[in-house]
Amino acid sequence: MQPLPRPSSLVAELTYQCPLHCPYCSNPLDIGAATYQSQLSTDDWARTFHQAHALGVLQLALTGGEPLLRKDIVELCAAAREASLYSSLITAGTLFTAERAEALKQAGLDHVQISIQSPEPAENDRIAGNRSFDKKLAAAALAKEFDFPLTLNCVLHRQNLDRIEQMLELTLELGAQRLELANTQYTGWAVPNQDALMPTWEQVQRGEAAVQRFRERVGPAVQVLWVLPDYYEELPKPCMGGWGQTTIVVAPNGDALPCQAASTIPGLEFGNVREQSLEWIWAESDAFTRFRGTDWMQEPCASCPIGHQEHDWGGCRCQAMRLTGDPAATDPVCQFSNHHDRVVSARDPAHQSDEFIYRHLKRPVHS
Amino acid sequence: MNRPRLMTGARLSFDSVRDEHVLLIPEGAVKLNPTAADVLGLCDGTRSLEQICTELSARYKGADVTDDVNGLLDALAQRGLVNDAATS
Ligand code: SF4
Ligand code: SF4
Repeated sequence: MQPLPRPSSLVAELTYQCPLHCPYCSNPLDIGAATYQSQLSTDDWARTFHQAHALGVLQLALTGGEPLLRKDIVELCAAAREASLYSSLITAGTLFTAERAEALKQAGLDHVQISIQSPEPAENDRIAGNRSFDKKLAAAALAKEFDFPLTLNCVLHRQNLDRIEQMLELTLELGAQRLELANTQYTGWAVPNQDALMPTWEQVQRGEAAVQRFRERVGPAVQVLWVLPDYYEELPKPCMGGWGQTTIVVAPNGDALPCQAASTIPGLEFGNVREQSLEWIWAESDAFTRFRGTDWMQEPCASCPIGHQEHDWGGCRCQAMRLTGDPAATDPVCQFSNHHDRVVSARDPAHQSDEFIYRHLKRPVHS
Repeated sequence: MNRPRLMTGARLSFDSVRDEHVLLIPEGAVKLNPTAADVLGLCDGTRSLEQICTELSARYKGADVTDDVNGLLDALAQRGLVNDAATS
C-alpha cells in the first residue's frame, strides 16, 4: 500500500450552463439531465473550499460551464481567498464586465483564464456556436486593466491548428503572460465530434515547430504550454497526474470526481460534498480509491516492460473504458496495449467530416 | 536586476499542511526554502537589489548574501517568476 497522496488542486465546476456551445467541451454529454438541476449553495462551496485547504489543496479552478453565470461568483471568490486558496477564473469571457472585474479583484480572485476558440474572429464564432470573439478581446483587455495575470486557452484541433502562429501573435498583442495550447482530449463532447476534430500529424508537427520558434523569440515573458494530442503518442500521459493523486473535481450538484470525465465509467460510486466530508471522499470513496495507486492494474501495466506504473499510472481510465469497454485496462494510447491499433486507426484522416455536433443543454446526445 | 519584483499574480504563502513556504502562481506552486521565502518577501519592486541584500544580511547576522540572492533571482527570472520593476 502506498501512503495516501495529498491533493493539490480543486476543480470547482460551478454550473454547466454556458452561453457557448464548443463541440469539444469537457462537460458530460448529459449536462441537461435532472441530476445536475440542483446546484450547490454558496455555503456548500465555501465549506468545500475550507475542507480542500485542510487536505492540502493550494489551487482552485472556478470553472463550469461558465462560472460567471453563478450570481454569487464574487462571494465564492472571497470564500476562496478566505480558505487561502489560489483562485483561477476559467471563463469564456463574454460576461466579464468592468464592474465584475473590479468586484472580483476586490474579493481576492488571483488569476483569469479566457478561452479563445480561434484567433480568426469568424472561425472563433463558428466553433463556439456563438458570436463571442469581440467580447473575449474586451475581456482580456479588462483583465489586464485590473492587473490580473492573464492566461489564454485555445483548444486545438484540425479546424484551428493551422492558425497557431496567429494565436501566438494574439497572445502578445493582448499582453497575456500564459498561453495554453491544449490539443483536444477525447472526452465529453469531443467524443461524438472526433471525426471533425482529429488533426493530421503534419498539422501537429507544424504547430509544435511554431511554438518552439515563439519560445526562442519571446523567452520567459510568455509561458506557452503545449500539450501533444494523446492519439499521436505511443505512451500515455499520467492522466490528471494519476487517479486520485492530485486533483478533486466537484460537479455543480456536489458529486466529487477524480476527473471531469469519470461519470462515463459505469458503476463508480461518487461521494457528494453535501453529504460527506471532502476528507472522507478523498480517502475512502469508491470513486477515488478504485483506480488509485497500482494494485488494480492488469497486464501489461501490472508488469510494465519499462517500469512506468508510477510514472503514467496506466494512463486515462475514461479512455480505457471508451476504447476497450474495461476501465481497468491499459490506456490504448500505450504501445504495449492490445488495443493500441484502435488509437492508430483513429489517426487515419480518411473518415473525416468538418460538421460539428454542438454542446447543448437540451438535446441529449449519445456517443 | 535593479528592483526585482514577483511576476503579476504570484503570491507568497505558507502551506501549513506540508509545512513549507510556497510561491503560488497561475496553475502552480513553487516550493521555497525559508531563505528563498525571505528574499522574495522583499522583492516588492520598490527595494533595490542592494537594499534587499543589506536587509537580509542584517537578518542573518551580517553574512554576505549577495551571491545567493543573485543566484536565486536569476534562476527565478529565467522561469519568468521574477522581473525587474526598473525596466518596465
Ligand atoms: S468548453 Fe466552451 S461550451 Fe464548454 S464550458 Fe467552456 S466555453 Fe462553455
Ligand atoms: S504498460 Fe501501463 S504502465 Fe507501462 S507504459 Fe503502458 S500504460 Fe504505462
